[in-house]
Amino acid sequence: MESNLITEDKQKNKLEKAFEILKTMASKPSGLIGLAIVLFHVVLALISPYIAPYDYKAISPNTMLLAPSAEHWFGTDSLGRDVFTRTILGGRTALTVTFFGSLIALLWGGLLGIFCGLVGGKIDDVVMRVVDAFLSIPWILAMLLIVSLLGTSTEVLIPALGFFYGKGIVRVARAATHDVIAKDFIVSARARGHSNMSIIWNEIIPNVRDAILVEGAMRWSWMLLGFSSLSFLGFGVSPPTPDWGLMISNARGLMSFAYWSVIAPIVGLSSLIIGINLTADAFAKALGIDRSTKAPV
Amino acid sequence: MNKIIESIKNLSIGFNSQKGKKISILRNVSTNIKKGETVGIVGESGSGKSTLALAMMGYIKQGLFPLKGECLFKSEDLLKMSSRQLEKIRGRKIAMIPQNAGQALTPNLKIGYQIDEALRLHTDLNKTERDKKISELLNKVRLPSPETMAFRYPHELSGGQQQRVAVAMALAGKPDLLLLDEPTTGLDVTTQAHVLELLRFIAKDTGTSMIYVSHDLGAIAQVSDRIVVMYAGEIVLEGPARKILKEPIHPYTYGLLKSIPKLSLAGLPASMPGSQPQPGSISEGCSFYDRCNLATDHCKKNSPDLEYIKELDTNVRCFNHKELINQNNNLQTSITKKSNNSEAIEVLKLKDVSISYAKQKFFDQLLNKISDQNPTVKDINIDIKKGETIALVGESGSGKSTILKSIAGLLKTKDGQIKFENDRILSSDLKMRNPNDLRAIQLIFQNPDESLNPNHTVEQILSQPLKLYFNLSGEELKKNIIDLLKKVRLGEFYMSRYPRQLSGGEKQRVAVARAFAAKPDIILCDEVTSALDVSVQAAVLNLLQQLKEDLGTTYVFVSHDLAVVRAISDRVAVLYQGRLCEIGPSQNVYKFPSHPYTEVLLGAVLEPDPDIKPKLVAEDIVEEKPPEKGCSFQGRCPRKIGDICNTEVPPWQIGENGNAIRCHINIDELANSQQ
Repeated sequence: MESNLITEDKQKNKLEKAFEILKTMASKPSGLIGLAIVLFHVVLALISPYIAPYDYKAISPNTMLLAPSAEHWFGTDSLGRDVFTRTILGGRTALTVTFFGSLIALLWGGLLGIFCGLVGGKIDDVVMRVVDAFLSIPWILAMLLIVSLLGTSTEVLIPALGFFYGKGIVRVARAATHDVIAKDFIVSARARGHSNMSIIWNEIIPNVRDAILVEGAMRWSWMLLGFSSLSFLGFGVSPPTPDWGLMISNARGLMSFAYWSVIAPIVGLSSLIIGINLTADAFAKALGIDRSTKAPV
Repeated sequence: MNKIIESIKNLSIGFNSQKGKKISILRNVSTNIKKGETVGIVGESGSGKSTLALAMMGYIKQGLFPLKGECLFKSEDLLKMSSRQLEKIRGRKIAMIPQNAGQALTPNLKIGYQIDEALRLHTDLNKTERDKKISELLNKVRLPSPETMAFRYPHELSGGQQQRVAVAMALAGKPDLLLLDEPTTGLDVTTQAHVLELLRFIAKDTGTSMIYVSHDLGAIAQVSDRIVVMYAGEIVLEGPARKILKEPIHPYTYGLLKSIPKLSLAGLPASMPGSQPQPGSISEGCSFYDRCNLATDHCKKNSPDLEYIKELDTNVRCFNHKELINQNNNLQTSITKKSNNSEAIEVLKLKDVSISYAKQKFFDQLLNKISDQNPTVKDINIDIKKGETIALVGESGSGKSTILKSIAGLLKTKDGQIKFENDRILSSDLKMRNPNDLRAIQLIFQNPDESLNPNHTVEQILSQPLKLYFNLSGEELKKNIIDLLKKVRLGEFYMSRYPRQLSGGEKQRVAVARAFAAKPDIILCDEVTSALDVSVQAAVLNLLQQLKEDLGTTYVFVSHDLAVVRAISDRVAVLYQGRLCEIGPSQNVYKFPSHPYTEVLLGAVLEPDPDIKPKLVAEDIVEEKPPEKGCSFQGRCPRKIGDICNTEVPPWQIGENGNAIRCHINIDELANSQQ
């Protein structure tokens, strides 16, 4: 007996599926632009150490605050360092910190959310109230405290950012889990006697993965902004590491006569945030999680 | 009387596929609706019956568009009208009654207001006239105390009452044509019978034409004058209700009627092979070719036209319909089951089981006990023998699924014991049960869309129990999966498919295969066929019976459908409000004497036969909570004898036929009055 369904989507391997999703994302202009921006930044971050024309920390009193020129495309800053070099390397810092930060946020937030959604009851209540309590603390104050206690190395920043941006993911993952938890395939797995771990791994994660990934992608752009704000306040990575927030902070006093040293990092930061946002939206649509569904007519 | 009020001419409706092809859902449909006539449109899911019905009021769902043809309502084409023009027709000329009235009514508005809204929109009456009209309408749909009813909110009404309100709203504009889209599908059997009775009365009383869309031939048979049978977007048979139901001359209708389990017949209904082709995959030739046992080579190449048969007043789309005319006396047959060779070994024993959904109070939580005096399910005693199929029957809220869940360990019992094999007590906590006991009891669910993980392939789905219970892997795992698929009559190539790529029947087969993967002793079936089409239902029932005969599995079968239960079960337990009313061998429960509730249930069953009318002996109002004292059925019992029913729990009496009945009326008296 043959199935009569239109089996246009035949069994595909994972690579093909990922490619398919990318194709759907790129089929709309907004998705294409987003993907292009993100791709541009990622490629730049990967190759920046090899194409940087100058040493990012070489201070030179002879070249202070030079306007953009053929030698220094984006000019130089108050210590005579090349702004172009520092901008492309700053992207590298921002992407590295926030990428791993988001990964940590996704992992702990996602898993804890799924776990709470699955077990429910007292444990769920307690955990969620703790998460609520954390949500009520202004994250920037808490970050300042952590950074002043533990220092500003990336080893501290990545897990700290990951922790603070994971709280929101806990809620999303828990809500997504609640959507599938009442379905009979979970009841069926429970009745068969699978362990909670096995239910999470086999039955829940494949069904909530998309929602959590989309949320993670959105959080990534927020974290980028958060990380740059920290640097701007002087609590991010420590000088002389090139970093957009730090660059903006250092150059802001000179803005009126050396605007170039502040424009490049601002453009870098905002374009990356817009790019990630557009990509996340296109990603959500490609996965069928439309966040702006129209009412049925 | 014979005035045609709506006529559909060569209507095709379709959509654009992703590849840009035009795919039609309705193909060349033509039919006429006469004044005062009730037309039943019947077909399985995906046959285009709802699309046709909606097109009759000029509505086409988003994504679909008309390819050709017209819908003439009083010689005006509805499909060409502007939305302004349609506004004047909908509600006033053509009204619709939705499937789920509970969702169609606005929850925060009183029902009187909602009816008033319809009156304001569709009539020119003033306020006092409207108020009078509202209670008139509520009276007409036979709602109790229409004066106070208008001040209630939708959630304060039962499902049947909500449906009545929807009928009243549709009647507000005095429409010429009433469209009913599966109006009784979600309702309980007794409620369903009452609503159908009301619709029949209204059709006669107001002379309104009705279009009744349903998958249920039983309901269609009760209300229709004429029946249109749809298959794969085409009309395959159309004619007077009696002729269609008694002498179907299209092989699809014939097969459909045969695959409906009937109360009057023991044994399983015959099933049709295969499933309905999906839109887009219909090739040239007859669309029923693949499933037809009369098909010839001629049918494969040529598509039959609707042919008018004068002596039957019927249109039929089949080349070989003459061959069926002679076969029609075979409609009342079924496949006999092999009876189990009752070795009478008990595998499962429910002893005084009570289950409560009440929240535990703080002190009870500390002491770990439940102190609910009036639990949802109470005093259930059932012994289940090896290899038998026992059915739990009842309306919604009867506690049948609750009992199933606690056998599976998903719900804790309040009191009583569940004993498995040699009187070993099964813990009511799932986590305390040993893996072998978990393996021995498996569940199959109602809706395979929900019970199969949409992100797993069939192979992954079936490997779950095999890995868990038998630690299989690699080649051996694969071999076992192929064996399982073979058992449920699915080919090896299904392994790599996802549930969304399967039809409803195929999905349920995978769910059956998953349950059998554990090599269980007992399988708990929770309404396993109620989400399926009739022809598919018969196939799944036959499959379950075959597997049971081969493997000696015991089934606990929960269903609200008495005819399905009659077909599959050896023994039946009837439940009302979580209390047992009657239990006995299946053929005897369907004979008298029986418990008054069983009598009510049996009377409300809709048979696909216009001559068998349901007998409505009790009210269709369902209490929310079981009564604290006395008989559980006291509130609705048509044979209530007095105070004793309210105060004392009735005793068990065993009838001559061997069925036990829990009633205060002496069993012989019961037998006499029911004859």
